[in-house]
Amino acid sequence: MAKKIATIPFSGTAEQEQELRATIDALRDDPGCLMPVMQKAQEIYGYLPIEVQRIISEELNVPLEKVFGVATFYAQFTMSPKGKYRISVCLGTACYVKGSGVVMEKLSEELGIESGEITQDGKFSLDDCRCVGACGLAPVVTINDDVYGRLTGKPEEIREILAKYAD
Amino acid sequence: MKNLQDLTAIKEALAAEMAIRLGEVKDGAKYEKHVLMCGGTGCTSSGSMKIADELEKLLKEKGIDQKIFVVRTGCFGLCERGPIMIVYPEGSFYTHVKLDMIPRIVDEHLIGGSPVKEFLYEETVQEGSDHIKALDETEFYSKQNRVALRNCGVINPEDIKEYVARDGYAALHKVLTEMTPDAVIQEILDSGLRGRGGGGFPTGQKWKLARNLVPDADIKYVCCNADEGDPGAFMDRSVLEGDPHVVLEAMTIAGYAIGASQGYIYVRAEYPIAVQRLRIAIQQAREEGMLGDDIFGTGFKFDIDLRLGAGAFVCGEETALMTSIEGNRGEPRPRPPFPAEQGLYRKPTILNNVETYANVPQIILKGAKWYSSMGLGNSKGTKVFALGGKIKNTGLVEVPMGTTLREIIEEIGGGIPNGKKFKAAQAGGPSGGCIPAEHYDVNVDYDSLAKIGCMIGSGGLIVLDEDNCMVDIAKFFLQFTMDESCGKCTPCRIGTKRLYEILDKITKGNGTMEDLDKLEELCYYIKSNSLCGLGQTAPNPVLSTLRFFRDEYIAHIVDKKCPAGVCKSLLQFVIDKEKCVGCGMCAKQCPASAIERTDYIAPGKKLAAFAIDPNKCVKCGACIAKCKFKAISKQ
Repeated sequence: MAKKIATIPFSGTAEQEQELRATIDALRDDPGCLMPVMQKAQEIYGYLPIEVQRIISEELNVPLEKVFGVATFYAQFTMSPKGKYRISVCLGTACYVKGSGVVMEKLSEELGIESGEITQDGKFSLDDCRCVGACGLAPVVTINDDVYGRLTGKPEEIREILAKYAD
Repeated sequence: MKNLQDLTAIKEALAAEMAIRLGEVKDGAKYEKHVLMCGGTGCTSSGSMKIADELEKLLKEKGIDQKIFVVRTGCFGLCERGPIMIVYPEGSFYTHVKLDMIPRIVDEHLIGGSPVKEFLYEETVQEGSDHIKALDETEFYSKQNRVALRNCGVINPEDIKEYVARDGYAALHKVLTEMTPDAVIQEILDSGLRGRGGGGFPTGQKWKLARNLVPDADIKYVCCNADEGDPGAFMDRSVLEGDPHVVLEAMTIAGYAIGASQGYIYVRAEYPIAVQRLRIAIQQAREEGMLGDDIFGTGFKFDIDLRLGAGAFVCGEETALMTSIEGNRGEPRPRPPFPAEQGLYRKPTILNNVETYANVPQIILKGAKWYSSMGLGNSKGTKVFALGGKIKNTGLVEVPMGTTLREIIEEIGGGIPNGKKFKAAQAGGPSGGCIPAEHYDVNVDYDSLAKIGCMIGSGGLIVLDEDNCMVDIAKFFLQFTMDESCGKCTPCRIGTKRLYEILDKITKGNGTMEDLDKLEELCYYIKSNSLCGLGQTAPNPVLSTLRFFRDEYIAHIVDKKCPAGVCKSLLQFVIDKEKCVGCGMCAKQCPASAIERTDYIAPGKKLAAFAIDPNKCVKCGACIAKCKFKAISKQ
């Protein structure tokens, strides 16, 4: 699937860059270190803007195309920032047959964004994910580290959950 | 840990404690009771770790923390009832445990000695009797035979000593001190163990090839596929979370057998608990000398590193997984050369799945004969299934190969909830197929399922009832494979998209009968021409639903109806004019102004009935929710 690339300007700090360079130094001798470096970079910045990919490319001496290629290949890597509250709707089979498609639809309606997008105020981002493995709780939605299970997709229920993240 | 004496010493020191967890009371136990709290993903999601913390705090306050031991274990299997807590030696099985239940359990049970019956799993309590059924007498557990899951829900996965107390690393010791690599391979061959990740390739055969194919190879690798990507499957995750050392031990055994000294576990980043426990396990194994330069003083050298996947389903395919470990886009390579000849970094490599490895130490300890005595035909041993979907006991079960589908779903799984009818079971995820009701008594093993165009796959078993539309299910899986196709080969990249488009057209009521022939033709073309397993199996959900549920496809195409009432475009919202009282609530609610008053007044009603204009209706369902008289229905 095509990845959404952020249009907002890059705002990385010097500390973040220092941490990234330190990570690269620690891992650079390991063959196949590109993915671990990128995973760590995403942890530091929250996403992988082209500026960060360029640092990785220069430091590891791999072509930027390759870094970009890896970033676009794997679902975990994102090139647009995520919201303060990251909402993931499980669209794994067990959740899907129990109606997680409806939950996704209602969340999307309520927030006014599609899956893969972020609200204007940067508060919520909405994504679909494949099986978080809590199939006993299907259908499941996670918001950061909170897990909501056995959802029905009723508008009141969705609003009630979102209201918990009003701040 | 340097030798057998060390292992035995640990085992003996913990023997009395471990016996409690099997329901036996032996002399010398430090604790009177063990409280086992499930720390698997399912139960953790519903707060089990907070409950365990609270329990420990309360025990301390009451001054009984020296008598009662709280253990955070892996998955017990009955995820539907989580969070789960079991008190041993009596084996009292508390389900749906909540924070506010803890004080009563502590006072009445842990201090008072009588289990709180109303919190127990209802099947274990009998009306008017004090007898409480033991866990393994319940329907869910009595038919299971736990080999790969034997330590899950028994030990603390973050403590290597508890693993050793359950015969851990004894198989590795036996292999290194008593067996030649060829003898190890022969044992695995004789056991009949086949790959549990989906392919079903004989494990011993794989090891033999990797040992012999390139005799002068300087480096070889042992890899573990823990990138469990089938949606709805969580067997591997549970093994990693509940018993991580078994995977490390088995990989080390494999390393000895093929002559490798480095292993990699490729694990999904979406499994944070599993990753964390693996990290702890690897560190402990290194500290105890179970990984390192001189394991058990035999001079054998082996180490294991973790590699985190990044969310690409195709990386479950063996060559793609290796390409990904190398730090590239996880695209598959053409085979041959097979990994046994040129795998990771072009060196001979074996790749086995987590569950496959979990069987290995037991085969070494108990023998190939014991293992091959379980199972049916060419499918030996046991298999773990993840039950999900429309089933009462969602969770993890391990049964001998060849157990019938009916037994798994009706007896262990507790059947279909809400009095609905079983329609089909979807096995093998996006690579598998559907088993319809007419094959409810099929033996679940590699060969019997292959005969009906299905496969065990990695072991996900999703149950569907009459409310699920089979065309929609096929479309769901094709959307998945279409998204996950890596794009390297044309049949898969374009073919899955075309399949999806045809299915989408059918679910929208625009399909033709010729589309069915086109679907079939395209399916066979994709199967025979794709580069890797993803494309070769992607059409299976379509072929299998076409084979068993063709009438449902035809209903969508000819009658323009979705018999299960799932496909929105084919639904019609209709007001029963005899039931309508004419209150107009539905019309007020309708966002599309599709509801208007007619001039028909039903007998006994005062106002004229309303009707829905199907051309304006957007099928949002708002009217149904609003009608107090149940006069509106989907048809």
